[in-house]
Amino acid sequence: MSEGARETWITGIGIVSALGEGADAHWQGLLEGRIAPDRTYCPPYVIHRIAALDYDKQIPKKGDQRQMEGWQRIGTYAAGLALDDAGAKDPELLSRMDLIVAAGGGERDAAVDSAILSGLPKAAAPDIFLNERLMGDLRPTLFLAQLSNLLAGNISIVHGVTGSSRTFMGEESSGVDAARIAMARINAGQSNISLVGGSYNAERKEQLFFLGFARFNIEGELRPVWERGPHGGFAIGSIGAFLVLEPREHAEKRGAKALARVTRIESDHTRRKPGMITSALERMWALCAPDLRPGEHGIISGATGAEPATSEERAFLERHPDVPVRATGAHIGHGVEAQFVMNVALAACAVHRGRLFPPLGQSGVERPFEGTLRQAVVTSVGHWRGEGLALVEAVD
Amino acid sequence: MAAYRDRFGRPIVAVTGMGLVTSLGAGKTENWQKLTTGQSGIKEIRRFPTDSLRTRVAGIVDFLTQDQISAPELTERLATLAVEEAVAEARIGTRSDFPGPLFIAIPPIEIEWPQRRAVADSLGPRETYSYEDLLEATKSGAFEAFHDRFLLGSVADHLAERFNTRGSPISLSTACASGASAIQLGVEAVRRGETDAALCVAAEGSVSPESLIRFSLLSALSTSNEPPEGAAKPFSKNRDGFVMAEGAGALVLESLESAKARGAKVLGIVEGCGERADAFHRTRSSPDGKPIIGCIRGAIADAGLTPDDIDYVNAHGTGTPENDKMEGMGVLTVFGERAKSLPISSNKSMIGHTLSAAGAVEAIVTLMTLDGGRLPPTINYQVPDPAIPLDVVPNVARDAQVTHALSNSFGFGGQNVSLVLAREPA
Repeated sequence: MSEGARETWITGIGIVSALGEGADAHWQGLLEGRIAPDRTYCPPYVIHRIAALDYDKQIPKKGDQRQMEGWQRIGTYAAGLALDDAGAKDPELLSRMDLIVAAGGGERDAAVDSAILSGLPKAAAPDIFLNERLMGDLRPTLFLAQLSNLLAGNISIVHGVTGSSRTFMGEESSGVDAARIAMARINAGQSNISLVGGSYNAERKEQLFFLGFARFNIEGELRPVWERGPHGGFAIGSIGAFLVLEPREHAEKRGAKALARVTRIESDHTRRKPGMITSALERMWALCAPDLRPGEHGIISGATGAEPATSEERAFLERHPDVPVRATGAHIGHGVEAQFVMNVALAACAVHRGRLFPPLGQSGVERPFEGTLRQAVVTSVGHWRGEGLALVEAVD
Repeated sequence: MAAYRDRFGRPIVAVTGMGLVTSLGAGKTENWQKLTTGQSGIKEIRRFPTDSLRTRVAGIVDFLTQDQISAPELTERLATLAVEEAVAEARIGTRSDFPGPLFIAIPPIEIEWPQRRAVADSLGPRETYSYEDLLEATKSGAFEAFHDRFLLGSVADHLAERFNTRGSPISLSTACASGASAIQLGVEAVRRGETDAALCVAAEGSVSPESLIRFSLLSALSTSNEPPEGAAKPFSKNRDGFVMAEGAGALVLESLESAKARGAKVLGIVEGCGERADAFHRTRSSPDGKPIIGCIRGAIADAGLTPDDIDYVNAHGTGTPENDKMEGMGVLTVFGERAKSLPISSNKSMIGHTLSAAGAVEAIVTLMTLDGGRLPPTINYQVPDPAIPLDVVPNVARDAQVTHALSNSFGFGGQNVSLVLAREPA
């Protein structure tokens, strides 16, 4: 499906995470092997907070900032960075730009939830108490921050992207499919320029609560994703990641630079019986294989550290022992919906610079690579469901 | 061969199966019978106490279960019912093997109060319950099932596994335009030649105290609780908000060529899709109406038609003062003088606003309108609004032959999608 007549270029990257703001800061962080987990937000759990951002730079109106919750501010900021990087903040261009956002939602007011939960057992009529407290305590603006499509809405309002607006949901898969559909539309001539990405705010206790149901949260020590033992787990990370994608001709015509080419994006849904993830990755890899040149390609892994997903991905990687692998999860944390686009952006940084960042840890999965990197395969194995893969290449 | 391509050379997209469930009932037949006799599915809410709420009515689907189930659970059941009807009608694949991708519009999902309370209760009596306490309670592993249930992707995942759709299922939300967006994504996939068939679904099962209160605090809901069936009053001067409702719609889309090749009955054609995002405000439309106008014009142009070709509009018509005013203005601008005699009706007057599902539910009703030669009315139209001088098919259904119909969907966050639907080309 990705072999259209047209070629999809990445012409803008907008990324923010614990490693900082922008492609250069991220690349520097990865070169240094920087890992900056936070254990103070909700001990004993580990998260990755967003680096300090001056939101005024991309969201100039304070009124707009007040109408958003954290994930929307992070995402709107990253989207603005991508548009700047692509030189795309032009009203005519923005009015026909297509937007696809991968979003979660449901950012809650922890104080309100806690007060209601604490009052319910004491209430004579709990259901009526709930009605009264919700009527009195919910902020209308919070509702807008809870709607999944309101990151896209805020990007339209703040940056003026109005060609079209779609929001995909569904954890890691939503990011893979957002990028896949954006690229398919470009290759088929259904879109001439697209902004695609997502964001995640890790400073959300209700997210730790949600992931806690299936005990995915890491407590205490943060190890590389390949070294988290049989139970596995991950530390969520605040991430904003957006890409400007456009067909080569469109980019050349407006004088935009190519940061990288996206040659293929695949996604799949397996039922996660033993071996299925490994086979799915292998099947998608086989689609890329004819294009891969020996000694010039590597894998940017989106492995979360969750099990059994990470072991299954590792089994896939072990079938390709000559290909250098780098996982980004320990550096930036797991930003769920935003993770895949972030890793595609980091892959673009790598092939654009022609090299890989140093390996992390003692697992043996990541080995030194001193060659010239021209191609990067990005993996995504959702912590629960959804498999995806992309091929990103340097543009000469 | 050329008969299977539209005037832009793209594969023509046919509808070969449809499934529908709303507060009026399950199945297309029952819904059509009630929609064409002007019946309302809006009732007093009995699922939870409505004391101290301003709005006490909704279009609740209460005939599937009496149990207290979560929004994703009900959404999934509604979607499943609609898909079963659609797939059976299309006679495509087998009942558990659909030969194409799934696009499904659902409400955003989050943990709800019954689950939060259950987790807190497991800790025994405490003076207060913080999220740290709740996190501590999850360590028992007793609530593991909540993780899968409250994933945003779980409804789609379960449906994909039940019906064996192809590839990664896409869950989406464009607020109240979601159902139309699901169809649009399917249309685009067929036009790209990626697939011969797509399953486009939209479901909404989220009437709960918190969801109702959220819309209520935005002053979006009708407070005309007595009588419930009179609450939804689209295009009337005394309209005072929308009525939340539940339901689902499912459509099997296929390239016309593949539908014909396997001898399928063609229920209609999705001729065009239009979309414009509005950058004006989070909940209000641009006062100049440009995004709505551009969206409608875009859909008609994408169908290779002109406004004169459209002979019926299935309105978004929520019954909020803002929507109906802006939609009326958009229709008047696009269709000019002809707008005053162009029938436009709102299914929401009878089934309420099924939010994420509305775009698909109403596309299905529009296709039934094309097929049935009868326009469902806008009920509760007692006080015309002189600012919206449109033929809203007031109160009583009307016979009319429709060739090309427009179906509008507009949502919070500046979402606008319009579809042009038609009967099978002769």
